[in-house]
Amino acid sequence: MATLHTRSSARLMLTPSVILLLCWMIVPLAMTLYFSFLRYNLLMPGTEEWIGFLNYQFFVEDPAFWASLINTLLLVGGTLLITVVGGTFLAILLDQPFFGQGIVRLLVIAPFFVMPTVSALVWKNMLMHPVNGLFAWVARAFGAQPVDWLAEVPLLSVTIIVSWAWLPFATLIILTALQSLDQDQKEAAEMDGAGIFSIFWHITLPHLARALTVVVLIETIFLLSVFAEIFVTTNGGPGTESTNLTYLIYMQALLFYDAGAASAGGVIAIILANIVAIFLIRMIGKNLEA
Amino acid sequence: MGSITLEAVTKSFGGVKVIPGVDLEINDGEFVVFVGPSGCGKSTLLRLIAGLEDVTSGRILIDGQDATGMPPARRKLSMVFQSYALYPHMSVYKNIAFPLKMAGMDPAKIKEKVEGAAGILNLTDYLDRRPGQLSGGQRQRVAIGRAIVREPSAFLFDEPLSNLDAALRVNMRLEISELQKSLGTTSIYVTHDQIEAMTMADKIVVLNAGRIEQVGSPLDLYHKPANLFVAGFIGSPKMNLVEGEAARSRGATTMGIRPEHLTLSKTEGEWQGRVGVAEHLGSDTFLHVHVQGIEAPLTTRVPGNVEVSHGDTVFLTPDPARTYLFGPDGQAL
Amino acid sequence: MARTVTTNRKLVFTVIGWAIGLTLFFPILWTFLTSFKTEGEAIATPPSFLFFDWTLENYLTVNDRSDYFRHAINSVVISLGSTALGLLVAIPAAWSMAFTPTKRTKDILMWMLSTKMLPAVGVLVPITLIFRDTGLMDTRTGLVIVLMLMNLPIIVWMLFTYFKEIPGEILEAARMDGATLGKEIIYVLAPMAVPGIASTLLLNIILAWNEAFWTVLLTTNNAAPLTAMIAQYSSPEGLFWSKLSAASMLAIAPILVMGWFSQKQLVRGLTFGAVK
Repeated sequence: MATLHTRSSARLMLTPSVILLLCWMIVPLAMTLYFSFLRYNLLMPGTEEWIGFLNYQFFVEDPAFWASLINTLLLVGGTLLITVVGGTFLAILLDQPFFGQGIVRLLVIAPFFVMPTVSALVWKNMLMHPVNGLFAWVARAFGAQPVDWLAEVPLLSVTIIVSWAWLPFATLIILTALQSLDQDQKEAAEMDGAGIFSIFWHITLPHLARALTVVVLIETIFLLSVFAEIFVTTNGGPGTESTNLTYLIYMQALLFYDAGAASAGGVIAIILANIVAIFLIRMIGKNLEA
Repeated sequence: MGSITLEAVTKSFGGVKVIPGVDLEINDGEFVVFVGPSGCGKSTLLRLIAGLEDVTSGRILIDGQDATGMPPARRKLSMVFQSYALYPHMSVYKNIAFPLKMAGMDPAKIKEKVEGAAGILNLTDYLDRRPGQLSGGQRQRVAIGRAIVREPSAFLFDEPLSNLDAALRVNMRLEISELQKSLGTTSIYVTHDQIEAMTMADKIVVLNAGRIEQVGSPLDLYHKPANLFVAGFIGSPKMNLVEGEAARSRGATTMGIRPEHLTLSKTEGEWQGRVGVAEHLGSDTFLHVHVQGIEAPLTTRVPGNVEVSHGDTVFLTPDPARTYLFGPDGQAL
Repeated sequence: MARTVTTNRKLVFTVIGWAIGLTLFFPILWTFLTSFKTEGEAIATPPSFLFFDWTLENYLTVNDRSDYFRHAINSVVISLGSTALGLLVAIPAAWSMAFTPTKRTKDILMWMLSTKMLPAVGVLVPITLIFRDTGLMDTRTGLVIVLMLMNLPIIVWMLFTYFKEIPGEILEAARMDGATLGKEIIYVLAPMAVPGIASTLLLNIILAWNEAFWTVLLTTNNAAPLTAMIAQYSSPEGLFWSKLSAASMLAIAPILVMGWFSQKQLVRGLTFGAVK
């Protein structure tokens, strides 16, 4: 749609972004890859040497790696389950007409805007604290023994905190998709004799499929790198019970100063994220053509 | 003044030649319609004239001046777009005033001109509204108003009526024609609708695959189509095209007969057939008659009071003076 | 389609809706209430919900303990700075891709998106080392750069989807109307693009404000924004709940308000236009 002149200036305008992102992607990535093959301790500079896949071997043979991998999957899976099911339910609820709908909607989405360190601290201290927390008080009021959430079920606690923050995201996206559903379609289905549940099953749910997939993929990308919530609440403990891959790599790098092993872990994390990213990018790409 | 000349104009996108080479002369004050099926290059041609696309080779002269490399702003042409392309954040007044403001005209003069244009187009009551608050027809008028205020050398219309409903389309067609006659400004009008072309044009340019098939007045094209493409494109309902024995006996590969030139009889005639669908318009009836040995049903136009029904056997005879004969290359004989 | 909804049905949904809404909002509400309590009341059992001596003391003293304002300024500088810088780079890029798309435009967009998929922890070691060796560690400049790069794909994408909705014909109309490129931008493009730019700005300030990986790990004290400052409360000596609550409320309130205003844009921005 343009003349030659506009086309060449367009290329010029695109260049800074491309170069910046190219550097941002390639330089650190190459360094990570390189470090992952080195014996490289930050406290002993000058002793770096090429050790091939030893870092990977070390990382993979460490029982903490497998524990963290399982924790990562549990954390991502659990949060997805809670947010997707809860989000669908909430979205349908918010789609019904009722008094104060707009305000309730604001209340529901609010947690998404709370910075992770704040939400983690609020949950840790004021809600989940075994002595002074609100949950403990509620438990005692019912005559039950208060649960020391972060010590007894650390991973579940972190999952709950993270889910609280991401539930609004799922709700908002599913709600948006729900509202874009063509009313004519529903009415056509009604004319064809479908009841509320078969309309939901045959019309609404397939319509939501795309939005649900987007929610799952995007949340996965973000949830694979949950960090602050763990950093603030459990520090990955007790033991490795609430250590995810991100936290493990952080510990290797900045607490044990083992840059080599941390880099190997980083490469593994990148590979994991890419498995999800490929699907996501494909989906978004299809959307771009439409 | 507003004459436009295209000299061997070509346009390629990537490696694809969209316009393989067009020569065309548009005289001052003429209403020229570019018509053709979608993808025939008519819009591209208009955009080349507007300067919104660069020509690949060839020259465009406006009022005898070479305008090939000129930016659109300096060509003194106005354009009405298919989507109207009104500025959504400006009032109707500001929309119409915009080209004058760009030309640096004095505000008092602008006011006078905008109000003048609004008066002609029945927009006076809507000058403070935003385009979003207007109906399709009103938006169309604003777009036209924006085009006429600056008194350009020529108006360019890119399928301006295709977003309107049928009834409004007929009205706007008349309004545009009338406006053009009274202003006497050269106009180029792009459409895929041959009825618009026939009713509005002084001169029709039929385009197909980037090539000009024929240039002529509406009646020229109707009476003397240069080839099969023009024959099939101009006229409604479409000309019947018959191949085989009937054409061969007249020394042609294809014979064309317009529906209005077929005589219907219940007793005798050249072709015997069975009535299929009958479309009753009231004044006329279009009959689709299935004839043995001719693939497509023949369409004939009969007065509305002729009574035939589905399945009747009828006879059709072509008017020998009104048949069109085409050779193997599709050119008229 | 306007169908009458029975009042009963509406009442039922009103009760369910509000119950769930308030439950989900409760942690924030509780923080809000606690921020007006004395430290003693904050940890009292049974907890008091509304009937306590409301005090503003925590807000008044929030700065004493933790140098709150310096961290708040850091947050403002880092989130605004990274967003502004990002927009500066992204607007021309998004513009050119939206209005003069080429065969490679889609590939470039997809590639930009893929950089966003890179887990931060994967480049933790090199970024830490680069920061250490260039003196960017614990500086606002460093964080502005990192957060800008991190959010650049989202900014480009959001702007791209907004710009894409501006019909090219309108810009052409301006050109036909005699507008030069400068006037085309001032009179036509900017007024139409500004809402999209504003939404992008808003969402990215929110994202940068709440970012809690790099801000926590690349700062110690000087450049620490509120995320990092609040994280320091996690040490046992930081167990002053009502002060923590006051600091938290101040940290989240502005963003919460902005977030409420940008619900729609949030969906679009975070799904890269896949859901609108």
